[in-house]
Amino acid sequence: MTAPIDTGPAAEVAAGLPEDRPARGTLRYALTKVGGALVSIAMVIVATFFMFRLIPGDPVIAYTRDVPLSPDQIELLRKQMGLDQPVFNQFIDFVVRAVRFDFGTSYEYRRPVMDLIGEKVGSTLLLTGVGLVIAVSLGLWQGTRAAWNHGGRFDRYSTAISLVLWSVPTFWLGLLLLMTLAAGIGPIPGMFPTRGMDSVDAPDGFAYILDVAHHMVLPCLTLVAVVYAQYLLVMRSSLLDEIGQDYVTTARAKGLRDDLVRRRHAVPNALLPTVTLVFIHIGFVVGGAVTVEYVFSWPGLGLLFVEAIKGPDFPVMQGAFLVVCIAVIIMNTLADVVYHLLDPRVRAA
Amino acid sequence: MTEVLTKRKTLLEARDLHVQFASRGRKARAVDGVNLAVGEGEIVALVGESGCGKTTLARTLLGLERPTSGQVLYGGAGLDYGSRALKAYRREVQLVLQDPTGSLNPRHTVYEAVAEGPRIHGLANEEEIVRDALSRAGLRPPERFFLRYPHELSGGQRQRVVIAGALALAPRLLVADEPVASLDASVRGEILALLLRLREELGLSALVVTHDLGLAWNIADRVAVMYLGRIVESGPVEQVLTAPRHPYTQALLSVLPESPEPVVLTGEPPDPTRVPGGCRFHPRCQVLGVGRAAEVGVDGKCKGEPLAVLPAVPEPQVACHYAAATGS
Repeated sequence: MTAPIDTGPAAEVAAGLPEDRPARGTLRYALTKVGGALVSIAMVIVATFFMFRLIPGDPVIAYTRDVPLSPDQIELLRKQMGLDQPVFNQFIDFVVRAVRFDFGTSYEYRRPVMDLIGEKVGSTLLLTGVGLVIAVSLGLWQGTRAAWNHGGRFDRYSTAISLVLWSVPTFWLGLLLLMTLAAGIGPIPGMFPTRGMDSVDAPDGFAYILDVAHHMVLPCLTLVAVVYAQYLLVMRSSLLDEIGQDYVTTARAKGLRDDLVRRRHAVPNALLPTVTLVFIHIGFVVGGAVTVEYVFSWPGLGLLFVEAIKGPDFPVMQGAFLVVCIAVIIMNTLADVVYHLLDPRVRAA
Repeated sequence: MTEVLTKRKTLLEARDLHVQFASRGRKARAVDGVNLAVGEGEIVALVGESGCGKTTLARTLLGLERPTSGQVLYGGAGLDYGSRALKAYRREVQLVLQDPTGSLNPRHTVYEAVAEGPRIHGLANEEEIVRDALSRAGLRPPERFFLRYPHELSGGQRQRVVIAGALALAPRLLVADEPVASLDASVRGEILALLLRLREELGLSALVVTHDLGLAWNIADRVAVMYLGRIVESGPVEQVLTAPRHPYTQALLSVLPESPEPVVLTGEPPDPTRVPGGCRFHPRCQVLGVGRAAEVGVDGKCKGEPLAVLPAVPEPQVACHYAAATGS
């Protein structure tokens, strides 16, 4: 049969190793990604211009509402709004303004759109930020536990419940909570405010924070309920993948306790796919949960957007739309870069 | 490979080991009565086709699976599945898996991978141990590998890292599950040579699970052939591989390139949820098939009479009615 194998000392095998890679790779990667993001943003600006001009409805009529106007007055307004210019000039004008974050003046509020967005963005960030933190923690925790006891009772119940909540229409769940916990039903008293972010007669200082928190309970609950399932499911399946890997078996065979195998090996690696998900959601956080804000009359960007559609208040729609798009693009770029830092395999590619 | 029959002290032993799984409502008898011993400084090859239960046997020997019945003995004492005792056992018996890429955590550097064992067991001089293990595994100079990630290494280098990770605990026995199956042919020889050198230098025993008879020939002192959860033939490697007595071993050997005429086994591939009665190999047996078993009058036994479980002895032995009747 085969000749016996030479058992002499093996040759040195350090040859063929790649040279030490400086951090320059990461910087170059980040710059490429930022470049790509800038291109995306430019395309969004172009698309926004044409999209909002395709929407039916005359801006002048929308602007003046029910005020009866003579044709001369309408012509004058057209000129003021730049609508008499050729589309190309309008486009250039729009782009120049957009780059300076100037999205014009709201028809309804007669104020610069950016001021309006700036006012609303705080309350949106508060609601969706808190909601996201809760949803991420809840989802990741339950997903980890479900995967670790795969097929067990906790796995089946938590997965089923999260799926049901995910499938439920957001507005319906919101209304249900409003009807029961806010309005009160039968023996249950109304425990939470039905609308807004603070009471009319809200006190100052710490009591004000409590008041806002009280207002935030139901919208936040709705938001978390419809979002956390994604984290649970991604974490669960990703952890199940990792548990099946040989390095988990190897770690066990080295004598590592099961809970440490989970904490040191499986969970950190399983978290990688959720990083992308979190960043994409952070992007949407800026846009606010439109439905939730509307149902609970939460004075955020989402509500502003809905009100603008009703107008229609084109400049506000345009502005809000662009801000949300840009936020999503920026967060996606950040996700790519963070992923690059976290995963050595991506770093090599 | 010559001092095979000299009596070695038994290090690890499986005694009448059974491991069963529930598989789609049926019971799969993955390991169905196995006696197997690995002596000190001995390399035993466990040979068989995929699905014959050899990986389950290896995992059970490592204490990663619990036997349904029977016992794993280490150094003559039954394996204790308490967490403290199991942890101590893990220092003595280490695992090397087939796919080095999967065996290494992709986000851990080579240093972290090798240092994990010493850290778990709280060994002093961690860096020295890592350096020593890496150079023993043929990764020299070891410092050049410390900060590498697995994806930066070749397949052979990765498997050396896995082996270094096992060596870092100074085990007395390695259980290697298809250690070279996923490596290029050119790298295989190097890894096998490494295992042999470790045996020479450290007196390391090994149980090598493989489907590759050539590999068994090259590194093992003894070989045990497994079929459908049971060992059907075992003995010194020269004996078993040059004068196979079990029809299954003969069939395995007949498909090697050097062999004159290949025996192609017919019948369904073995299914551990449906172990045939009588000799478990009889539905596919070529000796029974061509009627040679009937000539010596054992065909009835082949189909109806189960064979005794082979004992864990180093002498050549076979579980076959035909071989017993003809004395071949």
